[in-house]
Amino acid sequence: MITTSGLTKVYRSRGREVTALDGVDLHVREGEVYGVIGQSGAGKSSLIRCVNLLERPTSGTVTVAGQDLTALAGRGPRAGKELRRARSRIGMVFQHFNLLSSRTVQDNIELPLEILGKSGKERSRRALELLDLVGLADKAGAYPAQLSGGQKQRVGIARALAGDPKVLLSDEATSALDPETTRSILQLLRDLNRELGLTVLLITHEMDVVKSICDSAALMEMGRIVESGTVGELLATPGSELAAALFPVDGDASGPDRTVVDVTFHGEAATQPVISQLARTYNIDISILGAALDTVGGLQVGRMRIELPGHYEDNVVPIGFLREQGLQVDVVSPETALVKEGAK
Amino acid sequence: MTWSEMQPLLSQACWDTLYMVGWSTLIAVVAGLPLGILLVLTDRGGLLQNVVANKVLGQVVNIARSMPFIILMVALMGFTRWITGTTIGREAAIVPLAVGAIPFFARLVETSVREVDGGLVEAVQAMGGNTWTVVRKVLVPESLPSLISSTTTTVVTLIGYSAMAGTVGAGGLGDIAIRYGYQRFETQLMWITVAILAVVISVIQFAGDLAARSLHRRGGRSGQAPTLRLLKARQPAADVSNAA
Repeated sequence: MITTSGLTKVYRSRGREVTALDGVDLHVREGEVYGVIGQSGAGKSSLIRCVNLLERPTSGTVTVAGQDLTALAGRGPRAGKELRRARSRIGMVFQHFNLLSSRTVQDNIELPLEILGKSGKERSRRALELLDLVGLADKAGAYPAQLSGGQKQRVGIARALAGDPKVLLSDEATSALDPETTRSILQLLRDLNRELGLTVLLITHEMDVVKSICDSAALMEMGRIVESGTVGELLATPGSELAAALFPVDGDASGPDRTVVDVTFHGEAATQPVISQLARTYNIDISILGAALDTVGGLQVGRMRIELPGHYEDNVVPIGFLREQGLQVDVVSPETALVKEGAK
Repeated sequence: MTWSEMQPLLSQACWDTLYMVGWSTLIAVVAGLPLGILLVLTDRGGLLQNVVANKVLGQVVNIARSMPFIILMVALMGFTRWITGTTIGREAAIVPLAVGAIPFFARLVETSVREVDGGLVEAVQAMGGNTWTVVRKVLVPESLPSLISSTTTTVVTLIGYSAMAGTVGAGGLGDIAIRYGYQRFETQLMWITVAILAVVISVIQFAGDLAARSLHRRGGRSGQAPTLRLLKARQPAADVSNAA
């Protein structure tokens, strides 16, 4: 749905050059929620702004819904008609909402429809419909200043959806909100993604955002994408920084003759209560040192660090059992350095 | 001088002042608003970035602003005659008043428009809006309270200028104050004129503040205080800006 290839953005000011994006290849599939995470200055903002060409990339291409936007760019800083039309089919929500303070909530939502040249009756019908969708049907006549942060972002989302986009870009949409409101806004984005089949590309610096709604994620550092993939793929990648951050497990062995094992749950195998099966089958005591698990759609996703009695040599059979269940198992050596047993 | 002698003089002068100031304000707003917006748009990083045009416009505005009004009036005599056919009277005074007020108002517009959050411009661009949409739907409506305050400031300044215009035969309150009050030692008339001017300016400032504040209350973005307040009713306008 969104593909960037070799995207590079270099800012030049007073002879200094700053490379914000350094050959970014991103592929967002239709209907998924894709999160790009990174620290400030990693280039996330430049990336999302390049997707609808609010920032013009120095080189590389951006394709959204099969249309090469970089080819539409035209010359100079002004956007041509074709590019503006393409932008109207891409919704965008912002960290600071960017609502017009001089307009009511309804008029704010009608703004993109005014730009599209829709009639007054059609605009107000659509605006009220969208307000209903985001749960603010009673706020049509309010001004943004009278709303809370979460309500403002709901208006921002309704406005972004006014032109019936297939793609929604979210620029740190929850970063100015408190944790509770963040959850409700993420839930709304998730619902919209499911109900409208909306493809969502979001950037964030909060791992929780990725954890709670993203199907896929990419980690950005210094203008490059360091890791990317679906959450399952990331988990299956030994040594994945993103997986470690998403599902952090910790804990040291309680004694010298213990075996510490990291078990990664993803896919179909994760439906079975494997740990208790393991304990019953081999009659061993298992301690759980740490776990980071989420249940997504009935499947358990995440990692768990368990401790088995005895040395590694004593535990070859139980570990083999876990692998037979389709789990990925990494043995943590006494020095807690990861032995990449799971690597093929 | 008795009141019955003064009264017709004063009412004519009042009318002349309002006439001159009214027309020159209208012209200043019509010409100064686009000029001020252009100063923002053509600036570095603006939507119509054009460094050369920006420098030229800025210089023209600076030169016009730096000229003392009385000099401007004399310097423009040829131009005034070309437009109105005369250099005397209230119609003739409108020309230098307007020319003096255009760059003044344009700078105030520039300041107001610059305060509009760049994120709003970006949002409208992301919706597919062009530069004209940005100006019409964002820059002007979002800076409206501040633009109204700027207009008030311009009107008050123009009333001051119009008194100077009075010295070259334009009529108006300033003319009365100088001709009768100063030159003929009609001190009483002079003070009455000054009092009328004070009342007129207060009323205009009050009306302007009221209009700006009512718009502001509705919008309630971070506070842009009106630029000049002679009559400052310290009403709790501050709580509006904190509501967000």
